[in-house]
Formats: sequence, C-alpha cells, structure tokens
Amino acid sequence: MGNFVDPFLHNGFMQRALLAGILVSLTCAIVGTYVVLRGMAFIGDALAHGVLPGVAGAMILGMPAMLGAAVGAAVMVGGVGFITARSKLSNDTAIGLLFIGLLALGVVLVSSSNKLTGDLESILFGQFLGVANSDLLAQALALLVVLVVTVFAARPFLLLCFDGDLTRAMGYKAQWYHRLMLLLIAGTVVVSFQTVGSLLVFGMLLAPAGVGALLAKRIGTMMLWASVVGIASTYFGLLASYHFSWAAGASVVLTAVAIFFVVLTGVSLQKSVQGVRT
Amino acid sequence: MSETAVVARRLSVGYGSHAVLSGVEAFLKPGGSTALVGSNGSGKSTLLKTLAGLLPVVAGGLEILGRPVGESSQRVAYLSQFHQSGFILPLRAIDVVRMGRFDQRSRFARRARADDVIVNESMELLKVSDLADRPLRDLSGGQQQRVYLAQVLARRSALLLLDEPTAGLDAPGRAAYIDALNFERSRGAAVVTATHDVGEASMCDRVLLLAGRVIADGPPNVVMTPENLLETFGIVLTKVGDQLVVTEHHHDHDH
Repeated sequence: MGNFVDPFLHNGFMQRALLAGILVSLTCAIVGTYVVLRGMAFIGDALAHGVLPGVAGAMILGMPAMLGAAVGAAVMVGGVGFITARSKLSNDTAIGLLFIGLLALGVVLVSSSNKLTGDLESILFGQFLGVANSDLLAQALALLVVLVVTVFAARPFLLLCFDGDLTRAMGYKAQWYHRLMLLLIAGTVVVSFQTVGSLLVFGMLLAPAGVGALLAKRIGTMMLWASVVGIASTYFGLLASYHFSWAAGASVVLTAVAIFFVVLTGVSLQKSVQGVRT
Repeated sequence: MSETAVVARRLSVGYGSHAVLSGVEAFLKPGGSTALVGSNGSGKSTLLKTLAGLLPVVAGGLEILGRPVGESSQRVAYLSQFHQSGFILPLRAIDVVRMGRFDQRSRFARRARADDVIVNESMELLKVSDLADRPLRDLSGGQQQRVYLAQVLARRSALLLLDEPTAGLDAPGRAAYIDALNFERSRGAAVVTATHDVGEASMCDRVLLLAGRVIADGPPNVVMTPENLLETFGIVLTKVGDQLVVTEHHHDHDH
C-alpha cells in the first residue's frame, strides 16, 4: 500500500499536484460534458492552442501568464465570430485558420526570444509538479464560477445540447448562452493550462466526459462519471509519474484516455453479448 | 382568452431578404387547425419557423396570440423536423418531455407537482409512459417522435406549430397523435402542421397548398382538388374511397 499513498504523504509538491488535479478534473468534468454533447471539441482544441501566443507574449512583457492566456482565448473566440459573420465560411474553417495562425504566432514569439527557450514545453504540457498555492486558489475560483454559471444556465444549456431551434423557440437567447458556454471553455483552458498545460487540458475536457457519455443516462450522472474518471486519472497518473519519472501532465491525460478506451471496449462487448442473447 | 392564434397579412417568409414563400394570408382561431401542404422546398417549414419566431419576417404583417411574433414564446410549442444529437445525449424519455416545462416556471424554482402531472398526462396521451425511464438514444425513430410530441403537449400551449409530426409514426402512433391533437384542440389550442401527407391534411379545418406561393387556401374538401394537388406536387391524385392514390405522373413541363 505504501507505494500508493506514501508519495502523497511525504511530498508537498505531490499534495499540491493532487489537489490541483482534482480541481482541474471537477472543472473539466462539468465543462467537458457540454463540449462533448454539443460537439464543440474543435473549438476547445483551438482555444487550448490559441492561448500559446498570449502566454508567450505575456512572458516576454513580464506580465502574468494567465492574463496573456485570457487575451489569446478572447482573440480566438472573437475571431471566430468575426470570420463567420463576415464571410460565408463555415465555423470549422474559421476555427482552423485562427487555431493554426495563433499557434504559429506563438511558436514565432517563443523562438524569437532567448528568455523563453525551454518554456514552450511547460506551456504546452504544464508544470503539474510545480503548482504554486496561488495556482490552486485560481483553480478553486474557476471551479466555483463554473459551478455557479452551470446552475444558473442549467436549463438553456441542456436545451442547447438538445436542439438549438427549440431553445430559441422557447424564448431563450440561444446565441447568448452559446457564448457563455464558449466563455466557460475558454476560462477552463486559461486557468488549467499552468497545471496540465494548454495541450493536455483538452484531454481532460474530452476523455472523462467521453466516458460519462458512454455510461450515463442523465447529464448529472455524466458529470459525476467524468469527475470520478478525472480524479482517478489524476491519482494514478501522478503515481506513475512519481515512480517511473514520467512527465506528470502527460501521464494523467494518458490514464484518462486509456480509461476511455477500456470503457468503450467494455460497453461494446456488453452490447454485442446482449445482441447475441436477444 | 379568445385572442386570434395567428394573423398573417401579405406575409413573405424566407432567409435574410430572400423570400421563399410570399402572399400568405392566415387567420387562425383558438381550437382551429391549419395544414401547410407542399413538397420539400415548398416553403412550409420556413413558414412554420417564421411563426415560431425562429426566422425574421421578410415582408408583411404577422401576429401570434395577439402580439408581435416572438413575444409569446411561452405560450407556443414548436416541433422541429430534425433533432440534432438525439443519439449521444444522455437523457431519458421523461427528461425530454420535462424540457417542455422549462420556461413555464422561474429559473431557480424547482419542478412543481403540477408540472409532473402534466408531464405524465402528456406521456400517457402519446402512449410512451412505459418508456419514461429508457434512454432516448435506445428508442426507435417512431418512439422518439412520440416522445418529442409528448414534449410539445407538456407545454400546454395556446398554439402548436408542428413540422412533419407524423414522420416515422406507425399506425398506433398515428392514432395516439390524432387523439392528442383532438385533446389539445378541445381545450382551445390552435394547431398548424406542415406535412406532405394529404390524408393528414384533410383532417384540418383549413389547408394551404404551397409551392413557393400559395396555390390554394380553404377547407380541405374545397381546396384538395386533383388540379390543385397536381400544381402542388406535380402528380395527379384521385380520391378512391377514403384514400387518395397517385393515378398519373405529371410530365407536362411547359408551365
């Protein structure tokens, strides 16, 4: 048992990592559920990468990284709205263009500055084992905001997942709630990138909620499953990272994705067994 | 409450400034029913969406339940033709029906007993009570359609706007739908259905035959003549007993 508990008992950085991971998992479970149900994976992915130039720019200017990430996310969301409003291009094309443009800008910024060499990796993959108390506070606040917004907008959010036309026909401002949802995704990415990294936060949005979608009959249960999977991934991922010296963020996300495929296989097998019986 | 359900004057509907259908005159009383009949692209769904406030009016006047269109959403029920992501959503049938009550109470008010009664009644009318706890994604297309119809019923609205309500329904499903519709009309709700089913249309008080314009407008037995149907669908339908059958295809292209 010692191997499973001791690393967390005797190391402050492991305790903070575990706590940060739990907070990220809970936030991503709620937001990720909507990402999965509304098929917003691509915009989520784009946001996750779009924060890169913002973070790099902030670091060059000596400003807080999170502020830069927020600017990057805002440019991404605003840019998608701008392109789709002014051309007949699909959302996909708009997101793809901005996504790759911002990523390229980020790499250019990083490569142009001597200060940042080596930081690219920590932006993309996070610093799970170097979480500061201020990061924990930000993460906890983000979770609180996500919870409040989700309770406030529970009905229109559910309707949006079900049918956009119905949402509007019932008098809800669908576009407004859609933007609110985007804001939640952006906020989650901005706050979580310091722990799991901008690349890997996307995995925490998708994989646990994906498991939830496979197992749950209701949205609330889906969020619950997603939380359980996220927290379990954090725990086992950090443990593996500690014992085998694997990169922490990647180990956590890899565990979550592995759980998804195991559950998917299980569910498929169960369905085919039922199919044979009937 | 005896305000007129729908008043349309020289109404044009479409997308942006492009009219898909023009010259619609409508006057629908509480308890009345109108069928919008036409083939795909005739403008019937576009008209229905405009009545539901989903598309802005291109030209002309439109009042819903005595107010400008879009201002009575709480008293209108809309059934769309397509449902996105019905297959991944983790929802039980009863959750879908409950959605119909979402805007009937304040944001933070918990579900009231009255809502539950209405939801259960609506599911019974559509004969889907036994499916209440089943996930929506495990139901057949026809069962899903009945659940969507139960959701419409659960709104207890003054105006029902139904796009292809019988799509995918089997004979018992259709019978349940007709019972439900009679129930709604008997309590004073007005109904507008878009359909290409001539049999279904003939049960309504009034029929609008549409093909980019209004081809005919009036009671079904007056409007649904072979000539008018030919103009609407491009085929000849003849009444044989109770049934309308296709007797001749329209090969005349010199219009």
